[in-house]
Amino acid sequence: MIAIRGLSKRFGKNVVLDGLDLTVPKGKNTVVIGGSGTGKSVLIKCAVGLLRPEAGEILIDGQDILRMDERELVGVRRKFGMLFQGAALFDSMDVGDNVAFALRRLKMHPERHIREVVEEKLSMVGLRDIQRLMPAELSGGMKKRVGLARAIASEPDILLYDEPTTGLDPIMADVINDLIISLRESIGVTSITITHDMASAYKIADQIAMLYKGKIIEVGTPEQIRTTSNPVVAQFVQGRAHGPITDESEEFVRFVHR
Amino acid sequence: MTDSGGKNGAARFAERLGERVYAMVLDLGAIFTLFVQVLSWIVRPPSEFRNIVKQMEEVGVRSLPVVLVTAAFTGMVLALQSYSGFQRFGATSFVGSVVALSITRELGPVFAGLMVSGRVGASMAAELGTMKVTEQIDALVTLATNPVKYLVVPRVVAATIVLPILVVFADLLGILGGYFVSVYLLGANPYVYIAKTYQYLEFKDIYTGLIKASVFGMLIALISCHHGFVAQGGAEGVGRATTRAVVASSMIVLISDYFMTSFMF
Repeated sequence: MIAIRGLSKRFGKNVVLDGLDLTVPKGKNTVVIGGSGTGKSVLIKCAVGLLRPEAGEILIDGQDILRMDERELVGVRRKFGMLFQGAALFDSMDVGDNVAFALRRLKMHPERHIREVVEEKLSMVGLRDIQRLMPAELSGGMKKRVGLARAIASEPDILLYDEPTTGLDPIMADVINDLIISLRESIGVTSITITHDMASAYKIADQIAMLYKGKIIEVGTPEQIRTTSNPVVAQFVQGRAHGPITDESEEFVRFVHR
Repeated sequence: MTDSGGKNGAARFAERLGERVYAMVLDLGAIFTLFVQVLSWIVRPPSEFRNIVKQMEEVGVRSLPVVLVTAAFTGMVLALQSYSGFQRFGATSFVGSVVALSITRELGPVFAGLMVSGRVGASMAAELGTMKVTEQIDALVTLATNPVKYLVVPRVVAATIVLPILVVFADLLGILGGYFVSVYLLGANPYVYIAKTYQYLEFKDIYTGLIKASVFGMLIALISCHHGFVAQGGAEGVGRATTRAVVASSMIVLISDYFMTSFMF
């Protein structure tokens, strides 16, 4: 389980997270929704220790990762796998070496078994016979799936998905959604997904949380979020140009109401 | 503040200067921090031996042709120029000594350093910068790998080891270049030329040059990796990082050369 309390992060004068609280239950998929630039990526980068917030605590199975030094963090990060928005495959290595990266670094399997393990992970994301291809030769959807295979290779307890369906065609986006669901069911991982794709959010979420102005303003099941009474959340999930979010932002006011 | 309506030119100038100096001090601090991190990660397992060998090939073997050509022509032009000068007071037999001393003490290491700054500094900054803006460096972290250990340590170690080796070849080619121009073009006596080359060349001249080269290698790798690591803003940012890396490492080669020379004179 992940418990985030009072998380604050700023870049210069720009306050991105402002005392954010969020509880991520074990074995469930929590989807964080919110507009572009609201700090969704910052949130999960804090959770995995890529960014250091100014205040708050992030408890992973009861341990606060913000009080750890770099060496302890390396241990905790072994529990995490992360799928990046652009897949972030190492473009100097072929697909097989990408997926095997953590296995080799952590010496989880003897070298002679690595090929089989990589084959197995790739088949879990529906890919085969591509170990020798370079990332540049793959399509966007294949890159994401290889990125996912790499993230699950070291058998993490927690998976973080950074906009898993962004930039994919609707069919490939749904393939990724199905993969996320099947990973939760087959290996029981706890996951946090950040997205602004509501179709994807409704499909994969056990719990949806809306991030707005640096705080989580509402948490609920997909059904509760769909029928919310909170006007801010309602505007976002229904994708309307007029509403409290756009009224409060001067940029939008000039643009929408001109 | 770029908007300075009420300020006069001098205040604006001081402000810009201050910003530049501040940015430079920040960079220096970050590079020093990176150096400390490299030292602390060098000894910890797992060993990065394979990566170091790969980088040695990249920094060393691939830079060899350009360093050799530069060194040969430097030696050749040095022979021409010093011949023309020494002729005026009848000291042409010393051309060999001057070429050998200048190449080993100064020009071999410095030109090798400058060539490596351009070739290797640019490629390190561009590669790490691209990895940074495409989140590959973040991905390393999530795969339980420290980016300084995995990316910077091999490059710094490789450059520190390989640059002196490059300079050994550069010294050799530089002296040979001077020899060929003197003997075959300017008609110097080959035996006298070789004797004069040996007579005044001390072992110290060579090894101080190699120590300099080692320091250049380390500084070039550190600076270039730093600029790659802090790159942001897509392709344009990578381009900026690359330019900065090349300019900064070329400058640091010349600046640190002066100070090392004054210490080891």
